[in-house]
Amino acid sequence: MKAAVVQFPGSNCDVDLVKALKQFDVAVDVVSHQQTDVFDYDALFLPGGFSFGDYLRSGAIARFSPIMTTVKQAAAAGKTVVGICNGFQILTEAGLLPGQLMQNETPGFICDQVGIEIENPATRFTKAYDRTEITLPVAHGEGRYYADEATVAQLNAQHQVVLRYQTNVNGSSDRIAGIMNEAGNVFGLMPHPERAVESLLGNADGQGFFRSLLVPVNVH
Amino acid sequence: MYLGKVYVSYKPSVLDPQGTVIQNKLGQLGFADVDSVKQGKYFEIKLKADTKQAAATQLEELTQALLINPNTETYRYDLEEVSA
Repeated sequence: MKAAVVQFPGSNCDVDLVKALKQFDVAVDVVSHQQTDVFDYDALFLPGGFSFGDYLRSGAIARFSPIMTTVKQAAAAGKTVVGICNGFQILTEAGLLPGQLMQNETPGFICDQVGIEIENPATRFTKAYDRTEITLPVAHGEGRYYADEATVAQLNAQHQVVLRYQTNVNGSSDRIAGIMNEAGNVFGLMPHPERAVESLLGNADGQGFFRSLLVPVNVH
Repeated sequence: MYLGKVYVSYKPSVLDPQGTVIQNKLGQLGFADVDSVKQGKYFEIKLKADTKQAAATQLEELTQALLINPNTETYRYDLEEVSA
């Protein structure tokens, strides 16, 4: 797999993501948000951070970066697109995933290890996990997933909810921590699997996410 | 030249935790009559346009393109002619 990690002004999880991908022998490049020619990558990753300072709304300015045209084309072509934390915020602002990430219900920044339920273990992002309860780090002030009731009902009905918080740490609609699009190739999540890939650092539960990506898409 | 004043607020159905915290603090400070608080955003945007109608059209387009997220936010605006 050949992957690109998109660097926006204010990205700060890009290096962690590159290191994690390399740990699983993925060929990875960091590409600028101003680049437009990234068609030969199999997967595009939008990392965590504070793109454009999170001014206006998280992800609202980054959505208009030149690379987002390519990201939309890649998504439409069925390539893997993943947005983690700020990347998730960008994907919703860009309309690639429904809903929006809003300020946490209890004001303040949450930095913690939280219990996560893998709600859909049959996705290209979760299929390598051998259990459905894991722990992942979260670090966000605007991580409350919000969508109207009809959208949440549709996400549930179509099995697009991939991850849920065991305890609703930020007040998200229906405890949603990560969703994918209808086609199943675009995934946005607030937890940080790239920060949980080394048991030396106390948590390796993110490894299943990266292992899942390496399983060919048509094999279940 | 026209000056647009755009007021962005959450739709009534959307939880506004900042507003709730401010309301609670106002209550603690003795402002017992405060019934609710909503926090929003305010933009002043100067536009070059030939007519007020043209300025209004531009203002609405740019607000919907960037200033609001229609999932959760709504807006209103005032528009007046000003000197450059």
